[in-house]
Amino acid sequence: MTDPILSVHNINKSFGALKASQDVSLDLRPGEIHALIGPNGAGKSTLIKQIAGGLRPDSGMVRFLNQDVTHLNTVKRARMGLGRTFQISSLAMEDTVLQNVMLGALGAHGRTFRFWRPVLRDKALREIAEAALARVNLSDRASFRTSDLSHGQRRQLEVAVALTLSPRVFIMDEPMAGLGASGSVSLTAFLDELRHEAPILLVEHDMDAVFALADRISVLVYGQVIATGTVDEIRANPEVRRAYLGDET
Amino acid sequence: MTRETVINGLLALLLLGVPLWAYLADEPFLITLATKVAILALAGVGLNIALGQGGLVSLGHAAFFGIGGYAMGILASHAQSYTPLAEWPWTIEGSNSMPVIWITAVVTSALAALVIGALSLRTSGVYFIMITLAFGQMLYYFAISWPAYGGEDGLSIYVRNGFPGLNTLDPIQFFAITYVILIATLFFAARLTRSPFGLALNAARQTSERVETVGIVPYQLRLTVFVISGAITGLAGALFADLNRFVSPSMLSWHTSGELMIFIILGGTARLFGPLAGAAAFIVLEQMLGGLSDYWHIHLGLLLLVVVLFARGGIIGTLAGEEVRHD
Repeated sequence: MTDPILSVHNINKSFGALKASQDVSLDLRPGEIHALIGPNGAGKSTLIKQIAGGLRPDSGMVRFLNQDVTHLNTVKRARMGLGRTFQISSLAMEDTVLQNVMLGALGAHGRTFRFWRPVLRDKALREIAEAALARVNLSDRASFRTSDLSHGQRRQLEVAVALTLSPRVFIMDEPMAGLGASGSVSLTAFLDELRHEAPILLVEHDMDAVFALADRISVLVYGQVIATGTVDEIRANPEVRRAYLGDET
Repeated sequence: MTRETVINGLLALLLLGVPLWAYLADEPFLITLATKVAILALAGVGLNIALGQGGLVSLGHAAFFGIGGYAMGILASHAQSYTPLAEWPWTIEGSNSMPVIWITAVVTSALAALVIGALSLRTSGVYFIMITLAFGQMLYYFAISWPAYGGEDGLSIYVRNGFPGLNTLDPIQFFAITYVILIATLFFAARLTRSPFGLALNAARQTSERVETVGIVPYQLRLTVFVISGAITGLAGALFADLNRFVSPSMLSWHTSGELMIFIILGGTARLFGPLAGAAAFIVLEQMLGGLSDYWHIHLGLLLLVVVLFARGGIIGTLAGEEVRHD
């Protein structure tokens, strides 16, 4: 078996009496989509924050590219190649769509502290940005103000920004949310291809997408991973059915 | 060309045209007023870069304005009395050369901004406002209690400092200096907005989390812009002191910080020419209303209230409509 690119070892995180993560372990191997599912309030977003760097676990370890990154901040993890999309779009709403992807390209190439030449005239960065937009079919919206995009288009833009970083892993927090049926189908097809570029840790509520895409699924309930396995194993797991899939039989 | 560009151009021409007319009509007072507008606008441009682009509501920019002022005052007073500023470890002489004074003002206010910014930028929101205010007041009381340079009474300089090839005591020539500096700084500010740094800074103002996720540290962006902003306001302070041939602690007081803020709100936050429109409106109002009553600030307050409630984009925003960003 190949070594995991990203792994989480026995992570614990409490907020007062609330145990948001309890002994959570999971990993992400090259070429796979690992879906993280669980009911609302199960601690998925808390776990994502600990992986991406916004939140430090009380105990346990996060390993990325064979390195302990538990104590590295978001910026350092991003520079190592951790690409993240947000559940609630955190785009620069006043800026244009192109400016948002340019920001990603800028960050990835570390050319931020330049004060004179207009950034939009930087051909190399612009190529990266435009290629990313083309891949999520947003090229015709490049000059739109981001706040004028539909909810679904903002999700696509989130993915495009992550693409500009050419990350080693993707962490996607509900990319399908609010996308609509046809949008979900095309994004599903897109992620299916994307896993060959870099593995994806996918937090998602859209079960059709999860079952279509996931190589493995981990189920998080009350901060604990109650099961990890292939789609068929998870579907057949009685504990998962009881806790999450709503099967009472 | 957008409507805003046209309005900006007209404003720049107006600021040039009024003193030229005043020169021909022999109205030196008007030239001095225009010079004051140019200098205060420059100070406002400094603050506007931090406030409009970076979202840093600094209520302590008087610190940089005052440091620039005292840089001029201290250098010129030593030159005036032929005493060196320091004799150990090196002899530092005073100076009455504008370029030397400007460089000193820019460097010292930038250093002050680096220190104040490094500490203040660990906070945000209302805490940032309060801590910048506190630093400003600290310098204000320091200047008051520092007898070597006049303390509360301030420092008078008898002759305006010199600029090679120009007679700076001629109002129109001194105006020309301030005008060129203002326009050059505005040009730099316009470039900055569209530069890679400007893109990242504007994004950090809107969504700090996103900027971190692409591997850029928002704190570094904010500290850098705070230093640039402080340096520009410091340069304006040196010019302001030269205009009045006088420096006093009042340049450092929070009233000054408040006035700089008023220029920006009045003119239009984050608008390139907002500080110029605001400073010009402020000076015109001061002249008109100040003649009617000593309590003209009441009317200014009412006007600000109207602007904040009904014209959020200030003068530029009202005239030019919604901001259009392009490359």
